[in-house]
Amino acid sequence: MICRCGDCDRWLHPPQPICRHCWSENVSPQPASGRGRIDSFTINHQPWMPGLDVPFVIARVALEEDESIFLTTNIIGCAPTDVAVDDPVVVNFSEEDGIFFPLFERAG
Amino acid sequence: MGEPQAYISGIGMSEVGVRLKRRPLLLTVDAIREALDDAGLVAGQIDGVATYPGKMPTYLGFSPVSSDDVIEALGLKTRWHLGAQEMTAQLGAIAAAAMAVKAGRARHVLCFRTVYEAGALADPDEYPPMHRKDVSGASQWTAPFYAISAANWVAQYATRHMARYGMTREQLSAIAINAHRNAALNPRAIVKEPLSADKYFAARMISTPFCLYDCDRFTDASTVIIVSAGDALDEITATPVRIAATAGSVERYSWDQAEWPGSYATGKALWEHSDYGPSDLDIAQLYDGFAFHPITWLEGLGICPIGEGHRFVEGGTRIALDGVLPMNTSGGQLGAGRLHGFGFAHESVVQMRGLGGDRQVSGNPSLAVATSGGGPMAAALLLARD
Repeated sequence: MICRCGDCDRWLHPPQPICRHCWSENVSPQPASGRGRIDSFTINHQPWMPGLDVPFVIARVALEEDESIFLTTNIIGCAPTDVAVDDPVVVNFSEEDGIFFPLFERAG
Repeated sequence: MGEPQAYISGIGMSEVGVRLKRRPLLLTVDAIREALDDAGLVAGQIDGVATYPGKMPTYLGFSPVSSDDVIEALGLKTRWHLGAQEMTAQLGAIAAAAMAVKAGRARHVLCFRTVYEAGALADPDEYPPMHRKDVSGASQWTAPFYAISAANWVAQYATRHMARYGMTREQLSAIAINAHRNAALNPRAIVKEPLSADKYFAARMISTPFCLYDCDRFTDASTVIIVSAGDALDEITATPVRIAATAGSVERYSWDQAEWPGSYATGKALWEHSDYGPSDLDIAQLYDGFAFHPITWLEGLGICPIGEGHRFVEGGTRIALDGVLPMNTSGGQLGAGRLHGFGFAHESVVQMRGLGGDRQVSGNPSLAVATSGGGPMAAALLLARD
């Protein structure tokens, strides 16, 4: 689900109670396709906290619905060195303590 | 009578180090004393104080001293003061002080930035670290994916530059190598030795494409810049440097939603406020929290076209002390220490007064740009010696 304006139809992220384009308050979470494109990424090698397994990929994914909307996420299911800018990706939710984190994997 | 002007009349810096024992407020006082002596002013003449980002109780090492602390501790009698996180970026405090003196609200404003990030790590009881479990605000959209450090956020802009414009790590390395070379000539820098390409490429990765040498490191220091009104210059003994233009921008607050770092909008805006252009610059002091930042500033300021910044710095010749545009002559944050923005204004003044010692740029530089900010918010100063 991604926040969307019911009046101008633009997608919004992070969610706000008002549309940043038309200032409508008619905004609500709407189902998104879960598909996107890797706008950019980095392979993190630094263990910022104890127990953090490195390396792993942090990516900024541009959503298929609107390429100006980005999700910061992790790319899973492949070696970090296989990830490239512009790769098509698809969401793969990962559940932890009842919270579903939108991670992504390369499509196709 | 012309338009009101604002000048930098005095500069000061405390000891710069890692895990200093001296308390941050006293480091600030050390820098203030030096700046007052430099300007030829006494405390009673100071009627304004400004700092960025103000005291941050949730992250005290990042900003342990408030404007109020300084006013209280030193018995200052101010008519205008500020300490604010919600502004265009670090140098925004100096830009605000310039506006205050031009508007006649103050004559001499003491601007400071005190950092105690290394000392704070060594003393977690006194300086509690940020609570990473307290995920709220903008970080709730990045921290769950372990994109915890600004290194991770900025690295992605660098990766995109590599994919879009062909930037290489070789080109990126020129920034760190230049910083270390200049820092080795600066007695106050925390880095004491030049950096070889071999050593750079052997360093461990932090967050691709950034290795250890592409990231600034936690530093303890205070930097002070005194901003004075043009009609108060008769009270000053040092060579004043005119604040010829200021600019700042924020178009998105969310670090991961901005299409471009703030350096692009700010760089463009700076020239709209002045009669100068990028080719008039003698020196450039460009924010380098990470090595990629100066590339965005070179492009944002129009010193080179967008997508050409890495070619501009390639080999380090153009940005060296004897190059066409000497850059980060004190060593910047990568070499001199993470003074967090204010170091770039300080070094601009040192160079334009000809006091750079072994690192002094020849030819009497008279126009400098000092920038700060590495995310969606940014600020820049254009400084001129008339």
